[in-house]
Order: sequence, then structure tokens, then C-alpha cells
Amino acid sequence: MSTSARGVQPRLSLPVSERDHIVGPESAPVTLVEYGDYECPYCGAAYLILNQVFQVMGDNLRFVFRHFPLTQIHPHAETAAEAAEAAGAQSRFWEMHHLLYSNQQSLDPQYLVRFAEELDLDTVRFVRELENHAHHDRVREDFLSGVRSGVNGTPTFFVNGFRYNGSWDFEPLVNALELAAADARAT
Amino acid sequence: MASNDDQKQNANSLLKVGTSAPDFTLPSGPDEKLSLSDFGGRPVILAFYPADWSPVCGDQMALYNEVLPEFERFNAQLLGLSVDGVWCHRAYRQHRNLKFPLLSDFEPKGEIARMYGVYRKSEGVTERALFVIDEQGRIAWSYLSPIDVNPGADGILSALESLAGRGVANVNERKGSSTQAQSASK
Repeated sequence: MSTSARGVQPRLSLPVSERDHIVGPESAPVTLVEYGDYECPYCGAAYLILNQVFQVMGDNLRFVFRHFPLTQIHPHAETAAEAAEAAGAQSRFWEMHHLLYSNQQSLDPQYLVRFAEELDLDTVRFVRELENHAHHDRVREDFLSGVRSGVNGTPTFFVNGFRYNGSWDFEPLVNALELAAADARAT
Repeated sequence: MASNDDQKQNANSLLKVGTSAPDFTLPSGPDEKLSLSDFGGRPVILAFYPADWSPVCGDQMALYNEVLPEFERFNAQLLGLSVDGVWCHRAYRQHRNLKFPLLSDFEPKGEIARMYGVYRKSEGVTERALFVIDEQGRIAWSYLSPIDVNPGADGILSALESLAGRGVANVNERKGSSTQAQSASK
């Protein structure tokens, strides 16, 4: 946890780039990357905490979400991730992301289509892309980038490229992010 | 305290890279057994872990289950090992949909873990330890994780990659292009 331990801490193997879903300004001193699963209850809990964290951190934080579906224990996780990508293909990734985490008990395909309607998506295209698994490779690429970065469960966070091993309760997480912001400004 | 001492001791007793992996036969179910030698000629990943039924979203075995296609790209066989009995393993495998064998190092308890230097006497469970065994049955890579930390799969994949690189290097050496072989083996 100390600075000296950073050298052996797992690092993000795939840098944040245009391929990613990003909120917050590029100039933000802190980038928080989450590897998450839409059916994971811990990720659902973290989602609520993160919403508070965003309010406190404001423009000091840039947030990136990558998929890490544990498909064998969460039967809806893969399709939900592909649904977020299908919405992303119509420029509505984050809106779908919010709907999925706000409705974790309702991730069956009929609900996903309902979410797409709610977001005024082209539902024909949306359904076709889900049926063809058009976004499967993208989801798997996220997953494997997580595996190679030392993701060992969901959610796993990276703060400015280093795996964050602390608690993701509101207070410790905000403290860690503020520390990282101060560190980034100092260098 | 005792368990920390166990971990320190085991850091020394962990079988070293380059040593020949001891063969073993263990139950993989109520009526089935598997031996390490069954997988001769293929890389084998041994994943020792303390107990079945870790919390789902951070479960090491559940993670490896998702990474299986990557292990298979290297033709590698994954085996999970703990001191849990066959019925416990069966229920756990079914619950988590695990698609690889879990072996019961149950009787005599922890015998195989002791052979590999990864048994925690004070608690009667195995360490959380990983071994990658090469096609010739030698230990190519090993890792002793803090018992409460899921070590993830990155180390295993790196070890399999360097084994595959070594394979390529050997082929190149036979072809006489040793410079390329050396860089490939790094």
C-alpha cells in the first residue's frame, strides 16, 4: 500500500485510449478504471458509491469502465455487457450502463430491449447486434486486458494505472483518489 | 502467528523451478482418479487453494474458469487442488459451473501439497500456490500467494507464453537460427 510497494503492484496493461468509454475531462489529474460485471452485486454496490465519488471529485476525476463478466456464475453478465456496447454503438453507452446497474435483478433479454426502447435506440439494430454477438470480441478484449493487468475479481479498480487494493467504500476511495490527484499535480 | 510462520517456511520449501514435478494420483470425483502423468507432453497448471466456496465475485477458481480458453490456446491443462473431499468438490464445481477438474488431496490429508512444499500444518489446508509444469514434467514457474489474495491469472499466462517461446526457440535452434532463438526465449 505504501509508495515503495507500488513497484510490485499490478499495472494496467492496456492504457486508456479512444477505444474506451470515458467520462470526465482528459486533463483530470486522476483516472479511475473499473473492471466490472453488470450482474455482480459488489459492482452494484460500488456503482452507488461511485456516483457519490464523482460528485465530490468533479473535474479532478476521469472514469473509465471496462467489462469483466464472470459468465459462468453470472448468466446475464455477458449479454448485459454486449447490450452496453450495442448502446455504445449508438452513442448511448453510459445511459445503458446506468440502467443496467440500476436494474441488476432485471437483465433478461426482454428487459434489455425495454431499456433500449427507453433510450430511444434503434431497437432493430440493437437486437440484431445482440443476436449476432457483434460486440462479443470487444467485451472479451476488455476481459483479457483485465486478466493481464492482474484483475482478480469484480470490481477491480486502477488508479492512475496501478491496481487499487484498498477498500472502495466512499471515504477510503475518495482519500486514495485525492492522494493520487495531489501526487499527479506534484510531478 | 503460526500461519505466518507456515507461509515463511513454505516460501523456502516450495519446489524450485527446474525440479522434476512429483507424479501423483488423486480422486477427481467419487469414482474417478487423475494422475499428473496422464497429461505428459502438455503443460499443466497446478492451482493449490485453501478451500472450496470462496465468495463468488473474487473466487480464484471462477476466474480461471473464465480464462480457460486462454490456457487451452497453450494446450495447457488446469488442475485445482485442495484438501476438500470429493463430494464437497462436486457441489462446488456444479455451483460455479467449473469446467476443469478439482482434485481432493484428502487422504492422507495434504500429502501432495506436502510433496510440493505448500501445506500449512497449523491450519490443515494448502497454501494458495501456483505451479506451471512444462511438457517434460519439470516445474517451469511457481508462485506462493498470500493466502487471502487471489493471485489472478496473469503470472500463469506469462509462464505459458515463455514456455511457448521456448518451444519456438527450440525449433529455431534445430533450424540453426540461434540468434532468433535467443531473443525468443527471453
